[in-house]
Amino acid sequence: MRAVVSLTEVSKSFGAVRALSGVTLELFPGEAHALLGENGAGKSTLIKTLAGVHRPDAGQVVVDGVPRRFAGPADALAAGIAIIYQEPTLFGDLTVAENVFMRRQPLGAGRRIDVRAMHRRTEELFDRLGVRLDPARPASGLSIADQQLVEIAKALSFDARVIVMDEPTAALSAPEVRRLFGVVEALLAQDTAVLFVSHRLDEVFALCHGATVLRDGAYVWSGALDGETPDALVRRMVGRELSQLYPKQDTAPGDVLLDVRRLTREGVFTDVSFEVCAGEIVALAGLVGAGRSEVARAIFGIDRPDAGRVFVRGLPLRPGSPTAAMAAGIGFVPEDRRQQGLVMDASIERNIALASLARISRAGLLGRRGERSLARDWAVKLQLKFARLSDPVSVLSGGNQQKVVLAKWLSRRPAVLIVDEPTRGIDVATKAEVHRLLSELAADGVAVLMISSELPEVLGMADRVLVMHEGRLVEQLSRAEATEERVALAAAGQVAS
Amino acid sequence: MTAQVDVAAAEVPRRTAARRLATRIGRVRELGIVVALALVVVPTAIANPRFVQPQSIQDLLLNASIVALLAVGQTMVVVTRNVDLSVGSVLGLSAFLTAQLVADHPGLPIIAGIAFGVLVGAVCGVLNGAAVAVGNVPSLVVTLGTLYVFRGVDFALAHGRQINAANLPDALLELGSAKVVGIPVLVIVTLMVVLLAATHLRSYRSGRELYAIGSNPDAAVLAGIPVGRRVFGAFVLSGLIAGLAGSMWVARYGTVDAAAGTGLELQVVAAVVVGGVAIFGGSGTVVGAALGALLLGTITSCLVVLRIPAFWQQAISGALLLVAITVDRLLALRLSRALRRINAERGGDGG
Repeated sequence: MRAVVSLTEVSKSFGAVRALSGVTLELFPGEAHALLGENGAGKSTLIKTLAGVHRPDAGQVVVDGVPRRFAGPADALAAGIAIIYQEPTLFGDLTVAENVFMRRQPLGAGRRIDVRAMHRRTEELFDRLGVRLDPARPASGLSIADQQLVEIAKALSFDARVIVMDEPTAALSAPEVRRLFGVVEALLAQDTAVLFVSHRLDEVFALCHGATVLRDGAYVWSGALDGETPDALVRRMVGRELSQLYPKQDTAPGDVLLDVRRLTREGVFTDVSFEVCAGEIVALAGLVGAGRSEVARAIFGIDRPDAGRVFVRGLPLRPGSPTAAMAAGIGFVPEDRRQQGLVMDASIERNIALASLARISRAGLLGRRGERSLARDWAVKLQLKFARLSDPVSVLSGGNQQKVVLAKWLSRRPAVLIVDEPTRGIDVATKAEVHRLLSELAADGVAVLMISSELPEVLGMADRVLVMHEGRLVEQLSRAEATEERVALAAAGQVAS
Repeated sequence: MTAQVDVAAAEVPRRTAARRLATRIGRVRELGIVVALALVVVPTAIANPRFVQPQSIQDLLLNASIVALLAVGQTMVVVTRNVDLSVGSVLGLSAFLTAQLVADHPGLPIIAGIAFGVLVGAVCGVLNGAAVAVGNVPSLVVTLGTLYVFRGVDFALAHGRQINAANLPDALLELGSAKVVGIPVLVIVTLMVVLLAATHLRSYRSGRELYAIGSNPDAAVLAGIPVGRRVFGAFVLSGLIAGLAGSMWVARYGTVDAAAGTGLELQVVAAVVVGGVAIFGGSGTVVGAALGALLLGTITSCLVVLRIPAFWQQAISGALLLVAITVDRLLALRLSRALRRINAERGGDGG
């Protein structure tokens, strides 16, 4: 069988940084292939090479046996390669249907766009995905999960022969993942080739026939997954043995640091009450869209709640003011780090110092030295991988970007730290570091509220698990009570009364 | 459990709620201008009934049509998250060169004169577009520069001369006052341009791509949209329309010197913003922008009719701009809140 698309000995450098060197990859019709590697291993560069965004310095992209040089993304699309990026790339001002069919809108008389046909075909795609979204609504305001579904519908609409999915499941809930896999399997049955990038190895084993492992931009291994074990793959990815993944140390809970009482935001969440004590990690579990992130945003004062109060160390917190929340000692690591956690064009040191400006400035002036020494301290503590602290944060890999966000807040020494999907789209090794870090923070007496959609992470890290369903807190489980089944049932709204 | 029933029942209204809301707010924006027009015209007409005589309405439309025309071109640029500040200078240059051409060659058909004006504008647009799209220079900087360059060229070529109605062929001047079924030809030309541009932006792929570029430039690249070419095209069209407006200026006023259209660019940007075009791109219509031009022109006329000192006219136009921006912001907030609620009503229907 001939590969639909293959990369032969592809290399790509950005300045002095070698992002890919001698990488070979083959994708066959009807097969899902996994691309594995830590953050910074070169997966994104490889994907962008396939997408026609980057042109390889050496080596070739071969489509149907013919070497191709893509001048841009349009060429790759025309060759039948569709990419679903990790961060959705939608046009917020345009309708969902226009997003799906951009540049390929169905045309009617006089080459005018046939809006009705476009909406109908979008609905057909959504039906195939089992999604209920209105094709005519604007894309802005969609949750990340829904945005990703629109992206998937877009790839389907191409009848693409190769679909590259970069962490497609990172923001999806378990039922949505199952539905996606159903669709992917149907695509495979129609001889589409799929390149699947995921850090969730269980998903990789469930879906893929073969895998390719990259480490530090270099090709490490490629082969069939039959007879392989997750451990063996992880060893190839990191090149060393992993310490325990979820190492939450047991701590005796101290004083109540965060006290949320009957918090309500109309149409989003209702009557949410809970406490988080010093030394505790409390997980907020539930499906995507259950209102977990929204509760976090309201606690931190980004959104103003319609009713209810928040107390930090027993003192009431002024609602709707992130400044007040920060002054009270709350840190917030948001779900969408690119949009909300970082200033992408600013330097690493500036991003780290951003939440500590008052502390490191003298007489209102910000010294570069103060910024740099603060940033260097935390970069070392969190084992950040970077070339120069003055590099823009946008050149870092996803996991290292997350470390920058963490450093920004940790440098303030918060009493309460809210982390929203702290390990989303992060490789196994960095994930373990983040977990160790959170655990250490709790041991130091910080109250940690962790929102996570990954059940193993929730069960491994949390002292207590709160489950939300449709904007309400439906279940509280202690560490001993929390099992995968009970959390999943509560998240689905099936609470034993 | 009744959850499934609830979800199914909630599904029907939700499918349309989000889209209805979005289209309604889109319409509210244009309706709002019409209402504002009525609010301005009615009291003025009561104070001075001559304000609504056919002749003064015609003057009003004629005066507004040149700004409206420029606003159409400007809209195409602004939706791509760019701006064209050179339109006033392009109009001036095109007006002078057109007038000079037809004055020197009285035998030339006027359509050739107009075509020449359009061509001059298109060349200016090509220069702007090339610097922005190929040179990757921010459009604010480029067109601020060409604003002075084009005006400077205009002054250099004019050499202090003024071309008067006496030197211009009658056919061109007649065009300025000609009417078809009681509507001035210049107004009809503007309406046609608005209609063409509106259709292009609404119903053609290349038009929708302009919105996509302004909405999310990075995503536009990834979607394979030829961003450079489209932005280039928008600037060429803006220049071309400004060139047409230059020819119309000659026909309408009959007297042209190198200062024609000075300062017009700010009126045009104001009209576009009042007309509901988002200054950071991605949304807005040419119909709204043209209505915005009409509203600003009407207000100026009303202030004259009501004998309000000229000093106040600018302040009032500026205040109106702020009102328009405030209304836009409030509508946007309302839309996002409502969309959020619609999302939430669906709750966590993961499956």
